[in-house]
Amino acid sequence: MAAPTVSPPVWTPDQPIVQLIDVHKSFGSFEVLKGVSFDVKKGEVICIIGPSGSGKSTLIRCINALVPVSSGTIRVENIEVADPKLDKLALRRKVGMVFQQYNLFPHKTALQNVMMAPIHVLGQDKREVEERARDLLKKVRLSGKEGSYPGELSGGQQQRVAIARSLAMRPDVMLFDEVTAALDPETVKEVLVTIRELAEEGMTCLLVTHEMNFARDIADHIYFTDRGVIVEHGPPATFFTAASDPRTREFLSQVL
Amino acid sequence: MSAEPKTGAPLAVLLPFKVETTRLSAPRLAPVHAALFGVGLALLAGTAWAQSGAAQLSPLEVIVKWAPLLLSGFVFNILISMVAMALGTAAGLGLGLAMLAQNPLLARVAWALTQFFRNAPWLVLLFFVMFLVPFQVTIFGVRIPLPDWAKATVGFSLPVMANVAEIVRGAVRSVPSTQWEAAESLAFTPRQIMWRIILPQCVKRMLPPWMNLYALVAMATVQASIVGVSEMLTLTAQVHTAEGGRPELFAPLYGFALLCFFLYCYPIDRFTARLERRFQIR
Repeated sequence: MAAPTVSPPVWTPDQPIVQLIDVHKSFGSFEVLKGVSFDVKKGEVICIIGPSGSGKSTLIRCINALVPVSSGTIRVENIEVADPKLDKLALRRKVGMVFQQYNLFPHKTALQNVMMAPIHVLGQDKREVEERARDLLKKVRLSGKEGSYPGELSGGQQQRVAIARSLAMRPDVMLFDEVTAALDPETVKEVLVTIRELAEEGMTCLLVTHEMNFARDIADHIYFTDRGVIVEHGPPATFFTAASDPRTREFLSQVL
Repeated sequence: MSAEPKTGAPLAVLLPFKVETTRLSAPRLAPVHAALFGVGLALLAGTAWAQSGAAQLSPLEVIVKWAPLLLSGFVFNILISMVAMALGTAAGLGLGLAMLAQNPLLARVAWALTQFFRNAPWLVLLFFVMFLVPFQVTIFGVRIPLPDWAKATVGFSLPVMANVAEIVRGAVRSVPSTQWEAAESLAFTPRQIMWRIILPQCVKRMLPPWMNLYALVAMATVQASIVGVSEMLTLTAQVHTAEGGRPELFAPLYGFALLCFFLYCYPIDRFTARLERRFQIR
């Protein structure tokens, strides 16, 4: 009676928490990603930089299955993201995402924005969630703004609510898609401080960013993408000082 | 011949920028206009009556005499319009969501239904329902009579359904796709996203066109008189006959019906316009 059962491979923390192997993505005839591979270990902070249109945002959106890949393998813990039978909801409970345009729900207050997903998606107790949501808003320094609607908050405040909203799901990995690109220069800092604290607490973070100094400070590893491939990567110390590829050098000379 | 302009006014570009206060809509009637309209009708009735012999009831007296009956007919119009609106809104919400369904077949069928009922004359739909639906239905041995007014209500709810479906579809489409992305990334199911996140944002956008539609339905209910429902227009014709069909009563009696509908629909129109303006500013 010993029918062979195929159990999903068990993920252990010493394995990569996010793994991409030869990921391709085309929109129609336009190939945005031309074979991207990398590993992210638990607790690592990864920054993806590169010129506009190099496929950075598409790459990060593939990881939580907002964009389906054309070919290749993406693994988050033991979930096969490219599997046609993927349980998207299970994946997205593990992976939080913050967007460039905040995308808060405009008809809900800051507190309700943070509380909605844990209550309706995870079915958690409302009072317990509210307590946690207040703590999260305090953590992103927005105590007192619980009852404000997104339209009443500044860009930086909205983005911090969005981070709290994502954290309320207790994700294992956080994706940040150019989260400071739409902000005023003076509010960029408050958002970066929040992300830095998160990274210091050991959250696994993948950031697409144009903030080079921030990337240098915070990242364990930096990937430079151009035209759908990873041109160069390395820890910040070597990446910023000893870039070997001419495209990387040209990009860095323009932005630094 | 100096090139300097004679007036001391500075160049236009140097003037402080001033936003032209434009009215968002054509000049609107005020309630006082409605009152004037009513007085005008009464005067008209009075002069028409003055030209005839004084032995009969004056038009005003006729209206006062029959007002309870006529107004009960008007209440019936309102009732039909409200039930048709409720039925049509419920069905239209379903049809509108079906048009947005992932299933292409369902979406196509819903789209075809919407287009069909949106582009059919209301009166023709009314005739179809009146003559195709039996006067009673038997369900599990229980006979349920279907009076004319109930059938007429269903007849009006069909175009309402199609128009509401279009309103729902347009409103849902107008919500930025980034709202879907954000909700999806929080592991909401498509159904939860629609009902908890998208539709609540649509209510504001849907309310003005929905109220406009209601005013149209309220006015359209008089078409039920053609298929024999005893609503206000039918009763007005009967009252006219009962008063001997005097020609000078025609304008006052039908004018009274016009006034009733105007006084009912005009405030709705005003309120809708105000809502629209408020939502535009936000």
